[in-house]
Amino acid sequence: MAELVYDKTGRLLFTQEMKKEYTILFPTMLPVHFGLMARIIETEGYKVEMLTTNHRNIVDEGLKYVHNDTCYPALLVIGQLIDAVKSGKYDPHKVALLITQTGGGCRASNYIHLLRKALVKAGLEYVPVISLNLSGLEHNPGFKLGLGTLRKAVFAMMYGDIIVQTANQVRPYEVNPGQTDETIRTIEDHLLSEMSAGKGLSFKSMVANFDHIIAAFKAIPVAGEPKVRVGVVGEIYIKYSPLGNNNLEQFLLSEGAEPVVPGLTDFIIFKIYNREVDVNIYGGKWVKKKACQVLKGYVEKCQRAMIAAMKKGGFRAPGTFEDLRQLIKGYLGEGNKMGEGWLLTAEMLELIHSGTPNIVCTQPFGCLPNHIVGKGMIRKLKDDYPYSNIVAIDYDPGATKINQENRIKLMLANARGLAKQEAEKQQHAQEQEAVHA
Amino acid sequence: MSLRIGIDIGSTTVKVVVLDEQNKLLFRSYERHYSKARERAAETLRSIQDKLAGQQVRMVITGSAGLGVAKTADIDFVQEVYATAAAVNQYIPDTDAVIELGGEDAKIIFFGGALEERMNGSCAGGTGAFIDQMATLMNVTVTELDALSLKHEKIYPIASRCGVFAKSDIQPILNQGGRKEDVAASIFQAVVDQTVAGLTQGRELKGKIVFLGGPLHFLMGLRQRFIETLKLDSEHAIFPEDGDCFAGIGAALCASDYGEQLFDDVLDRLERSVDNVGLVDTMPPLFENKADYEAFTARHNAMHPPAVDIHTYTGDAWLGIDAGSTTTKMALITADGGLLYTYYHSNLGNPVAIVLEQLREIYQMCGDRITIRGAAVTGYGEELIKNAFNCDAGLVETVAHYKAAAHFNPDVDFIIDIGGQDMKCFKIRNGAVDSIMLNEACSSGCGSFIETFAKALGYSIADFAKLGLFARHPVNLGSRCTVFMNSSVKQAQKDGASVEDISAGLSISIVKNAVYKVIRAANADDLGQHIVVQGGTFHNDAVLRAFELELGRNVTRPTIAGIMGAFGAALFARDLHREKSTILTAEDLKTFSHTAKPTTCNLCTNHCSLTVNTFDGGRRFVSGNRCSRPLGKAKVENPDLMVYKYKKLRALEGKGSGNGVRGKMGIPFGLNMYENLPFWFEFFTRLNFEVVLSPESSRKLYLKGQHTIPSDTVCYPAKLLHGHVEALVDEGVDAIWYPCMSYNNDEGIGDNHYNCPVVAYYPELLAANVPALKQVKYLDPYVGLWRHKDFGKRIAQLMEEEFSIPKRETERAVKAAYEAYDAYVHDVRETGKKYIEYAREHHMPIIVACGRPYHIDPEINHGINDLITSFGFVLVTEDALSYLKGYAPRKVLNQWTFQSRMYNAARYVCTQPDMQVVQLVSFGCGTDAITTDELRDILEKGGKLYTQLKIDDISNLGAVTIRVRSLMAAMEARDSRQ
Repeated sequence: MAELVYDKTGRLLFTQEMKKEYTILFPTMLPVHFGLMARIIETEGYKVEMLTTNHRNIVDEGLKYVHNDTCYPALLVIGQLIDAVKSGKYDPHKVALLITQTGGGCRASNYIHLLRKALVKAGLEYVPVISLNLSGLEHNPGFKLGLGTLRKAVFAMMYGDIIVQTANQVRPYEVNPGQTDETIRTIEDHLLSEMSAGKGLSFKSMVANFDHIIAAFKAIPVAGEPKVRVGVVGEIYIKYSPLGNNNLEQFLLSEGAEPVVPGLTDFIIFKIYNREVDVNIYGGKWVKKKACQVLKGYVEKCQRAMIAAMKKGGFRAPGTFEDLRQLIKGYLGEGNKMGEGWLLTAEMLELIHSGTPNIVCTQPFGCLPNHIVGKGMIRKLKDDYPYSNIVAIDYDPGATKINQENRIKLMLANARGLAKQEAEKQQHAQEQEAVHA
Repeated sequence: MSLRIGIDIGSTTVKVVVLDEQNKLLFRSYERHYSKARERAAETLRSIQDKLAGQQVRMVITGSAGLGVAKTADIDFVQEVYATAAAVNQYIPDTDAVIELGGEDAKIIFFGGALEERMNGSCAGGTGAFIDQMATLMNVTVTELDALSLKHEKIYPIASRCGVFAKSDIQPILNQGGRKEDVAASIFQAVVDQTVAGLTQGRELKGKIVFLGGPLHFLMGLRQRFIETLKLDSEHAIFPEDGDCFAGIGAALCASDYGEQLFDDVLDRLERSVDNVGLVDTMPPLFENKADYEAFTARHNAMHPPAVDIHTYTGDAWLGIDAGSTTTKMALITADGGLLYTYYHSNLGNPVAIVLEQLREIYQMCGDRITIRGAAVTGYGEELIKNAFNCDAGLVETVAHYKAAAHFNPDVDFIIDIGGQDMKCFKIRNGAVDSIMLNEACSSGCGSFIETFAKALGYSIADFAKLGLFARHPVNLGSRCTVFMNSSVKQAQKDGASVEDISAGLSISIVKNAVYKVIRAANADDLGQHIVVQGGTFHNDAVLRAFELELGRNVTRPTIAGIMGAFGAALFARDLHREKSTILTAEDLKTFSHTAKPTTCNLCTNHCSLTVNTFDGGRRFVSGNRCSRPLGKAKVENPDLMVYKYKKLRALEGKGSGNGVRGKMGIPFGLNMYENLPFWFEFFTRLNFEVVLSPESSRKLYLKGQHTIPSDTVCYPAKLLHGHVEALVDEGVDAIWYPCMSYNNDEGIGDNHYNCPVVAYYPELLAANVPALKQVKYLDPYVGLWRHKDFGKRIAQLMEEEFSIPKRETERAVKAAYEAYDAYVHDVRETGKKYIEYAREHHMPIIVACGRPYHIDPEINHGINDLITSFGFVLVTEDALSYLKGYAPRKVLNQWTFQSRMYNAARYVCTQPDMQVVQLVSFGCGTDAITTDELRDILEKGGKLYTQLKIDDISNLGAVTIRVRSLMAAMEARDSRQ
C-alpha cells in the first residue's frame, strides 16, 4: 500500500506508487469533453473515473462540508466527490481526487482548498487531491501530463465542442429518437480507438476527423419546422453541468426549443488571452506574452478549422474568438477577466447577432462576477437590442426547479410572441408591397 | 365561438374565470386552496357544471402552481405573466406598466414598445405570503393589519429583501414599544420598496399603472403606499374591479388559440389526474410506530423540575422574565429551583402589558406568604422591561440559557435554543459560554415559520406538528431560508405531497438548517456529548425527533424547554443574594402607566429610530439608540479608529496643493475608494483638478440610485455606488474618475493581491446601467497601482489623451500620489498604535474590527462602532495591525488584498491577551463565505473568541447587541477562570 507523503507546506502528494494503486475520481462538467479527457488520461497509465452521479445526497454532502454561502458549483463538485468516496464503491484508501484550478480573482480558485478542508472535516484527510491547471501550481510526483497529453487534451476539447454544438442542431429534429446520442457514442469510440492507436494526432487528421463527425451527424434523418432557438450562457459549471442546471438542456428540448450552448474553446482561449491582456494593461514580461500568443494562436487555428467544417456541412457555426473580442467593445474592457469575465457578455452578443436573441443566463446564486457581466449587462443589451429576450436564472441548493422552469417558460412565451409579431409585421409589409405594386 | 375558461392556480389561491364570445365575464371565483389546488379547481368547475355541461369549451390553465396540474390533466398551459399581459391589452389598452403581487410572486410588466416582463428572483419575499407572515408575527389578521396601516403616523425602515430580514427589523420595534399602526404601514412600505427596487432594474415606472393580484385588490393600505411612493394620481393608478383574477381572465383570452373540447371531458380529466402524482424526494419517517413514540415521550418527560404549589408555599421566591422576540416567558422559583409559577405567551407586540398583567396576578397569588427577593430580565426586550418594572438585573440570553441548562445537566457541553425568531447555539468549555453561534439574518426560518405555515394550511401549530409524527414519506424541503422553503413546499404540493408529509418535512428542514447552516457541524461529535435543547420550537416533538435522528444521539429536553430563558434568569436573580428586590410592588403597579412614542434622533447621521417610553411618575426609557446622546448625556468618545479614518478620508476634497484650473474631478466615495482615495486625491490635485467627493452615504442617497441596480443580491456597499455617481452628476462635475482594478496593492502578505470581482468591475456596471452617466465624462479605465513604473507610464498616456496633460507633469503627480498614500497608511498604523497604548493605560479591552476599508462608512456599518465603544472598548481596524505579521500559508487561497489583512490581523490578535476580533460581513459578500471559516479557525486555534456581525441595508442593532454582550460575557468568564 502506498505511503502517504507530504510536501513541505504539508500538502499530501500523489506519488508514483499511488499511480499504480489508486483510482482518480473527477467531477463531470461537460460529459462529452470530460469523457474523452478521461480516456486520454487512462492511456497514460492512470486509473480514472468521471463521476456521473446525480442524486440528492450530493447536495446534502455539499451542504454538510462546504460553507453554505459558497457558490453552488463548489458545493456540488465537492459534494459529488465526497459522496463518491463514501459510496462504498471504492476503497477510500485507494482513491485520489482530481479537480481543476484556475487561479483568477473569483472564488472558484478556492475550490481545491475548500475540497481539502471538506475532506478533513469528513475524516478523509488521507485522500490526495490533484490540481489540474495550466499555471504550474501544485506539482505531484505521480501525476505528470506531458506536452503530448496536453495536445491530446486540446484535441479532446475541439472534438467535444464540434460534437456537442452539431448534435444540438440535430437532436431537436431527429426522426428516430435517441439516434443523435447513439451517433455521439459511435464517434467517441472511433476517436478514442484512433488516439490509442497513436493516430489522429496531427492537425491534418483532426481536420479529417471534423469532416467525419459532421458527416455522421448529417446522416441522421431530421424533420419538422425550425424551433425557437434558446441560447444558454453563464457561469461555466452551471451552464454546462446537468447536475448544476437541473437538466436545463433537457427541459428546453421538452418545451420544444432548440438549445444553443456556446462551446468550451472560447473559454480556454479567453483564459490564455487574459495573461496577454494583463501584460498589456499593467505591464510585465514580453516572454510571457509571447508564449501566450503562441498557444492562443494554435487553439485559434483549431477553432477556425472547426468552424469551417461546420459551415461546410451546412450547420450553423459559432464565431471565432476574435469575433467575440470585437463584439464586446463598448460594453466591457478586456481587463474584466474574473470568472467568465467579458466573454459571457460577448457570448450573449454573439447569440443576439446570430439570430438567437432568446437567452438563459445561468449563474449560481450570488455569483460575484455575474453581478457585473451577466445581470449587470442585460439592461444595456436590452437598450441596444430591444428584441433581445434574456432571462437570468439563479441556481442553488434551495432554489426549486418549478420556479426556474416557470421563469424560463415566461422567456419562451415571450420568444414565441416576438416571433409571431415579427411574422405578422413581415406579412403586413408584404401585403403593403403587393398593394403598391 | 365557444365559451372560454381560464384557471389560475397560484401558490395559495385558485381563480376560475369564464368568458363569453364578447369577452364578457360570465363567472369568476377567487378561493384559497390550502395546498389542494387541483381539487379546489375541480370543485369550482363542478359548481358551475349545470351551465356548462355538454358544451364545447376552450380551457387554459395558468399560474405558478398550475404547471403540474396542467401536465397531468393534459390541459393547455400559458405562463401567467403572459396571460396577464393578454388581459391588460384587452381591457386597459393604454397601460404603461402592470404591478402584480401574488401569494409568492411579484411581477412588473412594462408595455409600450416590446413587452418587458420581470418576476421576482428566488431571493425576493415581498409578496402576499410575506404579508401573511408579518400579520401572524403581529398576531392580527391580514384585514386588521390593513386597517391598522391606514392609521399610521410614521414609517420605519424595514428590510424589504426577504421576510426573514423584515422580521428581525420589526421585532425590535414592537418589543421597544413602537406603534402597531406604524409597523403595519412600514410592512406595506417594505413590499413597495422591494417591488420597485427589485423589479424595475433600471427602467422607470411611469405613466398609467395597473395594479393586480389578491393583495393589491384587498389591501387598501398597500394601495396607498404604492400610490404615494410612485406619486400617482387617480388617473394613473388603476385598480380594476377584477384585479384579483386578471391572470385567469388572460388565460381565458389566450384559450382562443387552443382547441375546443367537451366541458365534461376536461373536468373529468382534471378530477382523475390525482392518481398520477408521485413524490420525488422523500425521507424515512420520524417514528416507525406508536411504541417508539411512547418510549420517546417517556424519556423526555422525565426531565422536569419539582413543582411547588404557589397557593400553599410560604417563603422566598425569585422571578425570571424572558422578554423574547415573539413571546414573553416568566418563571417564579423557590431556592432549589422548584417551580411556583410559569407563563408562556405570545407578547402580542406589547411585552410591557403582558408582564404588567402577569405581575399583578403573581402578587395576588403570593399574598403575604411569598416574598420576591430578586427579579432578573433577559431577552430582546430586556432593557424595556427592566426599566419599566425596576427589576434588579438584566442578563444576556446566552448566560441565562446556560444557567438553566446546567441546572438540569451540570455536564452540559452544548446548548441549542430555537425560539420563534432566533436560534442560539453555544458550546460550554470549562464552565463558561464559548463559541457562540447565532443564526445569520438569512437563515432565521425558525419556529414561527412552521406556525405561519400551519396557519396558511388551516391548522393550529400543535395539530400541524402532530400530523408529521407518523408521516410515511416526509418531503425533503432543503435547508435554506424561509422564502426558499416556501417554494419547496409549493413544489411538493405540486407533486401531490400530503399535509402530513409536508409537516414532517418542515420539521426536518428546520433541524437541518440549524445543524448545517448555523452550527455548521459535520457530525454529532462536533457538537458535544451532553446536548441540552431548549426554546419553544423543541416542544414540537417532530422537531425534537428530527434533531435526534439527524445527530444520531439522544439529547436532553427539559419539560420547561420553552421557558428556559426565564428559568435561567430566575436562577441568576437568586444568585444575586439580594435582601429585597427593587421590582415594583403590588402597590406601585396600581398607578403604573406606559406610553410609547416613536421618534427619529437627529443628532448624527445614524438617524436612529428611537422609541421614547414614558412610565408613571415621569420615568423615561429611550430605546433604539446607538449612543448616549439622545439620553441627554455626552457621547462616550472612546478611541475609535473607524471614526478617525472616516474623518481623515472625508477631508480629502477640494483643490489641495493645486489651483483647480483643470476643472472638477468627481470621485464616488465608496468601495475601494476608501482605500485608494489618498492616492487619487493627491494625484488629481497635483494635476490642478478640484476633487469633488460624492456626499456621505445615507439611506436617501441609496434610494436615489436604487432604480438602476440590476442585481438585487449584490452587497449593500456596491448598491450605494449608484446613488453616489448620480449625486456627482447632479453636482455638475466635469468628469468622474472611477477606475476598474482587478488587482489592488501588493502588501506581500497573501498569495495574490486581487480585489473581489464586485470591487474590481463595478465601475463598468455603473456605466452600463446608470443613464445619468451619459451626461458626463465618465472615466473607468483599467489601472494597476502595484507596478509603480508601469502605472506611471500608462496613466501619463491616458491623461494626455483625455486632458492633454504633458506626460512629465503626470509622472510627477504619480510620484507625489504614491508618497501621499504611503503617508496615509503610516498615519493609520501610528494612530492605531496610539489607541492601543491608550487602551492599555486605561485598562480597556480592545476590539479589532475586521472588515473591508469601506466598512467604516457609517451608512454601511450602521454605527456598530459607536455601539462597541459605548460598551467600553477601544476600537481599531484590521489595517492598523495586519503589517505586524508576515506572510504565512493559509488553508484557503489567500488571494485578495483586503481579506489578507484580516487573516494577519487575526493572527496578531491571537498574540495579544487584551484584544478580540469582531468580523463585519456584508450580506451577499461571496468572498466572506471563504474568509469567515478561515478567520474562525485562526482565532479559535489561538484561543480567541470569534464574533461575526452581518450587516445589510438595514441594521438590526438588537442582534448586534446580543453578540457583543455575549462576547463580553464570554470574555469575563474567561478572565475569571484565569
